[in-house]
Amino acid sequence: MTAACTDQELLLGGLVDGELDAANTALAEAHVARCEGCREELERLQAVRALLGGEGVRHSAPDDLRARILALPELRSTAANSNRRSAGWLAPGALGAIAAALAIIAIVGPMQEQSALDGQLISSHVRSLQPGHLTDVQTTNQHIVKPWFNGKIDFAPPVPELADKGFPLAGGRLDSIGGQTVAAIVYHRRLHTVNLFVWPGSARGSRISVEDGFSLAQWNDDGLNFAAVSDIPADELRQFETLYRSRAGLRAPD
Amino acid sequence: MKTLSTQLFTRRASAASPAPGSPPPGAGQEFRTLILPHLDGAYNLARYLTRDAQLSEDVVQEAMLRAFRSFSQYRGGSPRAWLFAIVRNCSRTAQSGRSGAVSLVVSDSGLSSEAAAELANTADPAPGPEEELLRKADVDRVRAAIEAIPEPFRETVVLRDLEDLSYAEIATVTGVPIGTVMSRLSRARGMLAKELLPPAKTDSAQSRSVQ
Repeated sequence: MTAACTDQELLLGGLVDGELDAANTALAEAHVARCEGCREELERLQAVRALLGGEGVRHSAPDDLRARILALPELRSTAANSNRRSAGWLAPGALGAIAAALAIIAIVGPMQEQSALDGQLISSHVRSLQPGHLTDVQTTNQHIVKPWFNGKIDFAPPVPELADKGFPLAGGRLDSIGGQTVAAIVYHRRLHTVNLFVWPGSARGSRISVEDGFSLAQWNDDGLNFAAVSDIPADELRQFETLYRSRAGLRAPD
Repeated sequence: MKTLSTQLFTRRASAASPAPGSPPPGAGQEFRTLILPHLDGAYNLARYLTRDAQLSEDVVQEAMLRAFRSFSQYRGGSPRAWLFAIVRNCSRTAQSGRSGAVSLVVSDSGLSSEAAAELANTADPAPGPEEELLRKADVDRVRAAIEAIPEPFRETVVLRDLEDLSYAEIATVTGVPIGTVMSRLSRARGMLAKELLPPAKTDSAQSRSVQ
């Protein structure tokens, strides 16, 4: 058997996981290029990862557990809490609680819904900027980012190359917005980061907004919702949107 | 090796700094935004730790309550890692209360013969189209293989390959140095490769690394 070098095993893992810094990535890649054993080991690691990442391996929370947790009085917003004390509607049990939860959701108008979404997008963006959170797959190559999403999500976000227009690709990761798994594609703009969140849906039209100093551009194309968040000026983000949509083969903003 | 490998990596574990207090007003909303989205992940982790569907539900519900009550102690950092650490504690408590002893036996031989036998009996597909059968059998095989490896390796590989946590986040959740995370991950994937992949190509030539 062509054995992998024992002193390289942890590095190979780090390479597969995108956890090496640039210098060690280069070293590990150079070693793999000349060592057959380590190349085979790397392929086996990737094959195992692919199996583990296969659809269905990860368990999802059962719906009744989700409903039960959403109905826990502790987890309600404070507004809901004040109703709870006087009403005592928890007595009829979980069904009543769920009905009440649905009623609260129904009261929230579309405006609040939109600003809640904006808030989540911004906090996701901010979280992603903490060390080690930005990308799960770290590369400037669109042909690595796009297939990386395969099997992790059931839609295919376009990943066009925009480096020649000043938005180099940095990588991608999975994120969560409002309990839904979304694809996050990361581009850079000078020293700034643009997070582009993509998830299935048919939202409202295109809009640009600025909140808490962050620019947001949101649009919908071909059954996917897109939301770009960054601290670059709104007109630059608008430019990003135009570029992305034209390169992705999607129509340009009106 | 441990010190060296830790230096090689750019990501570091950040120590959680607990502080006393109860959830401030408005915490509900923040909790829903930061913590609740990780419900699936919490359940998945509990499920692979306890290997019991019913127990996992109890563990996750308890963990969510505990997380909410100590939400004021959350000091930024990865909300997922913070929640998962709580899920992990709850799983351990639940398991020790249930069977008395949690198996922490770590052997070098990969799967125990018992686990391997169990694995062989797993695929028991329900009727359906052929492809569906194949896929379900595959999923069952992978799930069973993960469940069969010893706990420290199992939790590490679940956190990395199913939940996509960074090494630093895994170090935070499991309370071990990054070097240990890496070696556990390497061992775990080795065991799973042995179980799930066809045997590595045998080759008369030994390692051909060029000096």
